[in-house]
Amino acid sequence: MSGSAGAPLLPSPVGGERRPGAGGGERGPGLREPGGRASGARRILGHLHSTEIVGALVLLLLLVAALAPSLLTATDPLGIAPADAFTPPSPGHWFGTDESGRDIFTRVVYGARSSLLIGVAATGIGLVLAVILGSLAGLGPRGVDFGVNRLLEVLFAFPGLLLALLFITIFGPGVATSTIAVGLATAPGYARIIRSEIRSIRGSGYIEAATVLGRSPAQIFRRHILPNVAAGLFALATLGIGQAIVWAAALSFLGLGAVPPAAEWGAMLSAGRTYISVAWWLTFFPGAFVVLAAASATVLGRSLQRRNRER
Amino acid sequence: MTALHAATAVRAPRRRRAAGRALRWAATRVAGAVFVLWAVATLIFFGIRLIPGDPAEAILGGPGSRATPEALAQARAEFGLDQPLFTQYLHELGRLATGDFGTSYALKVPVGQVILDGLGSTLILTVVSLAVAWLFAIALALWATRGGRVASAVSTVLEIVAAAVPNFWLGTILILLFSVGLGWLPAISTPGIPGLVLPVLTLAIPLAGFLGQLMRESVLNALDAPFTVSARARGESETGVRLIHALRHAALPAISLSGWAFGSLISGAVVVETVFARPGLGRTLLSAVLIRDVPVVIGVVMVVALVYIVVTIATDLADRFADPRLRQKGGDR
Repeated sequence: MSGSAGAPLLPSPVGGERRPGAGGGERGPGLREPGGRASGARRILGHLHSTEIVGALVLLLLLVAALAPSLLTATDPLGIAPADAFTPPSPGHWFGTDESGRDIFTRVVYGARSSLLIGVAATGIGLVLAVILGSLAGLGPRGVDFGVNRLLEVLFAFPGLLLALLFITIFGPGVATSTIAVGLATAPGYARIIRSEIRSIRGSGYIEAATVLGRSPAQIFRRHILPNVAAGLFALATLGIGQAIVWAAALSFLGLGAVPPAAEWGAMLSAGRTYISVAWWLTFFPGAFVVLAAASATVLGRSLQRRNRER
Repeated sequence: MTALHAATAVRAPRRRRAAGRALRWAATRVAGAVFVLWAVATLIFFGIRLIPGDPAEAILGGPGSRATPEALAQARAEFGLDQPLFTQYLHELGRLATGDFGTSYALKVPVGQVILDGLGSTLILTVVSLAVAWLFAIALALWATRGGRVASAVSTVLEIVAAAVPNFWLGTILILLFSVGLGWLPAISTPGIPGLVLPVLTLAIPLAGFLGQLMRESVLNALDAPFTVSARARGESETGVRLIHALRHAALPAISLSGWAFGSLISGAVVVETVFARPGLGRTLLSAVLIRDVPVVIGVVMVVALVYIVVTIATDLADRFADPRLRQKGGDR
């Protein structure tokens, strides 16, 4: 949703014919290494942009928060302390406290788990569906390709979150349904990309060679097509996780995903809106972390895509 | 120029063929749109049957309402739920085709009325947002292709903003800044221009980042293209070259994306109308989803799908208009 969201369904603006940035930002690998013979580690590090390092660090930190939140905070995310209600950000409460005196920093840390989990799960669901549909269309006979394409066209008629909203109408709101809903809503975009990728691989010389050598279609799919699609898929998945986090937070914000006392970024933001005129920190921090998570996933995904193209 | 015109006039048959191609293109698109709408309606019709529980009960206010069997039977008869499934399906298609979306379970008024009440406000919001986003994007593309490091940095930041800033957060931040902090603009979208500013900015900023990024890339490409070189060689001014040649070229991908952008704006409206408590189709849809007012959900989704399809065809048409190459190749786009 968001003008923002939905972006993964599209060829990224940087995609396709990216030229070296106007102001020195990005250069091809050849330009970066005049010597050309750096050691392995140096070569990898030398290729990393500072934004990529920041993105990776942020994701790592969020991963720690998701796996072991107690490492970063000792407070209970649901523990109330009415006397401390609406404490502004301070050394004791970095991000302040909410209307029940719960510590926002703690809640944001614990919120990383559900956001990342929903993001990964939704993207996984979307990609599995997309690989099935995309492979059917890319490899199947013309009729199947035609059918899948029409199906995708129909699914594309629901812009943005509409498909997800429809799904939630049918199966009811909640964390599980909103995750599936986001996965479902992103699948058509991925499927289209995967289909065209497979089509272009299928026409290449080595597939022809493998066919001539008598390999079975299943073997060709496993040994040649899947590995070739995989690199692109990985980049797509990284981009998708960022988008899925945004969408899932949006659904929670709308009251269709996780519900308030839960430490979930979208739900926290939605609950904090009631107190927007007295406590800006209730809405600012949860949202900032959605942005941080989505932005770092986007940065990494874009750079993976760039690398795939440069190879 | 006149010589060129004369040449085209001589080749009249070719022109007729082009007209035939355009007609065929239009016919294919319309047929495709009708098919998609039919499929959307079918998908929704059978999807809705997956809702657990008795629809008649939902009409009467959900399981908590303890409706009597007589009331249930009456509701079934009233909404045609006692008919065989296939008959219901045909009825539904017939009704949808004539623009009759049934009666809202919750409001007990025709869904068409509910939609009309919200449609105007949402269309104003999305169309103005799209226009503002385009203005920002053009300004951004023109500026970013001239500037050096700063422009490149700004455009990188915008790229991230466009992709990662959710509009529910952007809207909240804008309220914090301009309503709570500065007190310039209302936090709640009142009728009139001031109430429209923040919602429009919320929708337009990420989209402008996205479109501007896209246009910047293609302006850069266009500035190296042979047609720009020849325009410069003819002695056209740099501004002229940029505004007429490079920008026209750069607008193409952005035009084709406007259909998609419009769709994303409509679904963004669900969020923005909630953030700014602005009446509209998005809020209607959201509250209908929350209380499972099925006819309203179906109606809104069908109308949005219809608008979206029409806009997509319109952008394709605009593409063909702006890009002569598409017309000549014969429109398989």
